[in-house]
Amino acid sequence: MIEGFVALYIFMLAAFTGYEVISKVPVILHTPLMSGSNFVHGIVLVGAMVALGHAQTPLEQLIGFVGVLLAAGNAVGGYVVTERMLEMFKSSGKGGQ
Amino acid sequence: MGFVIEVAYFVAAVLFIYGLKKMSSPVTARRGIVWAGVGMLVAVLVTFFQPGLHGVGNYLLMFIAIVIGGGVAWVSGKRVAMTDMPQMIALYNGMGGGAAAAIAGVELVRHEPMTLTVQLIAVLGALIGTVAFSGSLIAFAKLQGLQRKTIRFPNQKFVNMAVFAVAVLFGLIIGLSGTGYSGGLLFVFFLLALSFGVMMTVPIGGADMPVVISLYNALTGLAVGFEGFVLGNPAMMIAGIVVGSAGTLLTQLMAKAMNRSLANVLFSNFGSGGAAVQAG
Repeated sequence: MIEGFVALYIFMLAAFTGYEVISKVPVILHTPLMSGSNFVHGIVLVGAMVALGHAQTPLEQLIGFVGVLLAAGNAVGGYVVTERMLEMFKSSGKGGQ
Repeated sequence: MGFVIEVAYFVAAVLFIYGLKKMSSPVTARRGIVWAGVGMLVAVLVTFFQPGLHGVGNYLLMFIAIVIGGGVAWVSGKRVAMTDMPQMIALYNGMGGGAAAAIAGVELVRHEPMTLTVQLIAVLGALIGTVAFSGSLIAFAKLQGLQRKTIRFPNQKFVNMAVFAVAVLFGLIIGLSGTGYSGGLLFVFFLLALSFGVMMTVPIGGADMPVVISLYNALTGLAVGFEGFVLGNPAMMIAGIVVGSAGTLLTQLMAKAMNRSLANVLFSNFGSGGAAVQAG
């Protein structure tokens, strides 16, 4: 368990990090970046798996199952869509790898 | 094994931030998503070995849910036309918000004993996640052409505020009552949060949806971060909060690119007029 102020420090530093990482993004990347960050919060899958793994009653299992189902959709769908969008930058710009 | 899991979560958190950084420049954007994807894969794989998870049935359910959810998302994501991307982002984002709410749901339904702070944050994450869930689904329905009408009625803003206030009140009761809350109260709380997400989104026009989706994206990030705190999972905390703040900034940038303020996008469609005046 991450206690009190340590959690607060993590929150504060992560918030500034998120802000800084995005601060100089060109308009053309707004939608792909929204999609990319949508993929990143697919990490909720990890939490949903833990919640389902702790489930004891059928109701908990049901909610946990729905949680994992939705989270897997978030992670996989987020990745596929972002990758397809960013694929276009590869063909149009010479610099892209 | 515990140490390996901690290292894996740490690596995942680093890769997420690195990937997002890469994604914010057109030249390196594509490599960015791949790095973030590697981070996700590492984090999910080690979670299967997390100590404390129990029951063959639970593992089986986990596996089935990942295969179905991931499979459906994979196929739909690959097939969708490029022009339909925004509503798919809304859909996947809503799923993430729903998942964050489900995590809180499992913990609260079990009446897991938590400290006051943790319980309040669990409830807050549940509220935000549920609103992002139903709101994103409405955004998806609008862009997909399933819900064409923009529903507005007099004093809508105040009705919405009332629903939100009652949801917050119920959340506070649940958050402050230790394990003393009833299942029925929990049910009504989630129902109110669901309705608020719907009611907040139906009056907003289709053209403004990308900004609204970005806002819900940030909210889902926040909810994920909060539930990460509840579960004591640093990778979720960091990834969630990074997305929460990056998404908030992105929402503002997108609104600015349309020459609007965020408040204008969210509230201008209520009642009559006002939009043109504020936009100037």
